[in-house]
Amino acid sequence: MRRLKVFTSLIKDSLDSTTQGSKKYHIWMAFLTFIMLVGMYCYSIQLEYGLSVTGMTDRVSWGLYISNFTFLVGVAAAAVMLVMPTYVLKDIDFKQAVLIGEGLAVAALIMCLAFVVADMGGPSVLWHMIPGIGVFNFPNSMLTWDVIVLNGYLFLNISIPFYILFRRYQGKTPNPKIYVPGAILSVFWAVAIHLVTAFLYQGLQARPFWNNALLGPRFLASAFAAGPALIILVLAVIRTFTSFSIEDKTIKKIGMIVTVAAQINLIMLVSELFKEFYAPTHHSESAYYLFFGLHGKTALLPWIWTAIPLNVLATVILTFGKLRNNFKVLYVACFILFVAIWIEKGFGLIVPGFIPGPYGKIAEYTPTGIEIGVTLGIWALGAFIFTILAKTAIKIETGKLQFKKK
Amino acid sequence: MSEQNNKRWFSLNLGKAKKQEFYSCSCGKTAGSCGSHEEAKDGFDQVFDVKMNRRTAFKQLTASLMIGAGAVSTSCSMIAGNDRKEKAQIDWEEQFKGNYKLMTVEEKKATVDRLVRSYQLRKGKTISMSSKDAEEGVLFGYAFNISKCQGYMDCVNACVEENNQDRNSQMQYIRIHEMKDGKGFNFNEADDNYYHEVPAEGHFYMGTQCFHCDNPPCVEVCPVQATWREEDGLVVVDYDWCVGCRYCMAACPYDGRRFNWSTPEVPEEEVNKDQHYLGNRMRKKGVMEKCTFCVQRSRAGKNPACVDACPTGARIFGNLLDPNSTIRWVLENKKVFRLKEDLGTEPKFWYFMD
Repeated sequence: MRRLKVFTSLIKDSLDSTTQGSKKYHIWMAFLTFIMLVGMYCYSIQLEYGLSVTGMTDRVSWGLYISNFTFLVGVAAAAVMLVMPTYVLKDIDFKQAVLIGEGLAVAALIMCLAFVVADMGGPSVLWHMIPGIGVFNFPNSMLTWDVIVLNGYLFLNISIPFYILFRRYQGKTPNPKIYVPGAILSVFWAVAIHLVTAFLYQGLQARPFWNNALLGPRFLASAFAAGPALIILVLAVIRTFTSFSIEDKTIKKIGMIVTVAAQINLIMLVSELFKEFYAPTHHSESAYYLFFGLHGKTALLPWIWTAIPLNVLATVILTFGKLRNNFKVLYVACFILFVAIWIEKGFGLIVPGFIPGPYGKIAEYTPTGIEIGVTLGIWALGAFIFTILAKTAIKIETGKLQFKKK
Repeated sequence: MSEQNNKRWFSLNLGKAKKQEFYSCSCGKTAGSCGSHEEAKDGFDQVFDVKMNRRTAFKQLTASLMIGAGAVSTSCSMIAGNDRKEKAQIDWEEQFKGNYKLMTVEEKKATVDRLVRSYQLRKGKTISMSSKDAEEGVLFGYAFNISKCQGYMDCVNACVEENNQDRNSQMQYIRIHEMKDGKGFNFNEADDNYYHEVPAEGHFYMGTQCFHCDNPPCVEVCPVQATWREEDGLVVVDYDWCVGCRYCMAACPYDGRRFNWSTPEVPEEEVNKDQHYLGNRMRKKGVMEKCTFCVQRSRAGKNPACVDACPTGARIFGNLLDPNSTIRWVLENKKVFRLKEDLGTEPKFWYFMD
């Protein structure tokens, strides 16, 4: 009964804290709300007229939505890079960052689910996918595996921080015996969500561009570069705008993680390019399309030739300790790395999988305004959720928000 | 497993033998004996596995599910006419029915009756819809004579009309690829969208459609088992169970699947009213569809529309298990081949030349 009372008080307090703030905070939230409303309007058009309002066709049947979904699974998986050292290795440096990381994972996962729902032709019959009520094609379909791991990961990333914050809120110390097993589980789980998402594509013999043993490992490497890069950027913002103290040491350590992952990612990219272009086969056509265009069709060239130089540049900057430890340079490097991987793991991965088609047909894909509107709306939703979670978490962590302390 | 023993054509065995067991029984169970067919239950009965009939189950659902609130209010409205009430009732039951693959014979009949009645209420016309299951000892196969095809596309037109495909997006199950002589089967340089007089000088023609693979990748990947391989080898879709994720489309190596990007439109006077639940009944937006070898015709002992429409006799269809069928004669006497055999999909669609 007491717990219920604390819980209701926590809900009330967090509602209070999320609805109050500086002018900048209100402008930020209003801006996000506006984008979300635009996104919802675009989605309502899509609901009415069907997916024909998007740029997708029978030839390229997955586009911007699935691209963003794939990328965001990686961002969500990256929370583990902070969880592992903090909870398991008891590395104190990360403790400040870990709640932020998990909040980011929750926001990213909700965005993932939103993107998947936005991509569905029949969102009203999605209950067909709920085990028990519907028919769940487990274990044959990798999509069912993905549903399980994503929702499981969402549960883990909500429950662990909630437990910790709930204890802190009451002025108690969280019991490691309760949350450490969960944290260890989430370490394995994070690897699973990204590997399973890679297998979604990797398992299709119809699409040689994806049907590639390196796809899974490369997903992991790029995720562990892009995710922590985003966390560094978020921590930088939090350091500037709140009283939440994040030590330089923490950011430097995360920077190290980003660097190693970006380097591994680059090695794998070289390996992939070598395989595709040294002895090109019929199966290299998608890669040719992506990097050089095929038969005059070159829609993806600007994207990939933005991504590759940015990726190399960021990795080179990060590799030199002197540059990496200069925070201004680090932030820039993290930002361009994030953008580069977003292009590479999104557009650069999903779209060429369909081009050329099964019989060599080259039909290009360009997202429509409505598709972009929905996509921006979902990103705004993610930012909105993260802001709320982070604001509450920071207040509790800094002791400003406590039970019966009013 | 009778089809296994009777299989007379070339098989690329990629260690898929074990998987075949999945297909040996259409009840969808991967374990247990086939004698338990009667026990196969759809999604609802699996949950509400209590002694209550369907209607009560739906009432229970009404109380607990917020979705469909609009339908509830319509069906409860006092001023609504009887027709409207009946329509709402049908829509409600259709929205929450189970997967066709797992339905009992009575349930299949019930949903077919509802769909026929619903069409009557909406359009005032009566359609006939079949829910005929696969016959025993039948396994459909198809052969395509490359020497004969002249690219007239009569098959494509017949297919569109027979199967009530969306006229707006000009959806076509069949693609005819125009290839250059002397280049071999070079799909990359082929044109599957030509608008000129045929046969064009220096070209030959080759048709593709769903190959009804014996080991279909599209079936494996479907998260909700909305698509499956029937006992007679047809790969079909339950349009009402499909959630529209298009994973099957990505998984198909033969460009055999089509998606309804918007609400399909067929002029009322052109609607083919001789329908099958798994075949040419009207689709809605956001679901997959594909060639079914005209299940409404083939299970009634007729040829698919494309076979009958072909003016050159390039298309041959029949029962692979019948030793006297034309298709068997072709497989035994011609040098046949299939596309992308290395993928292990085992298509039931062969090409040959005179």
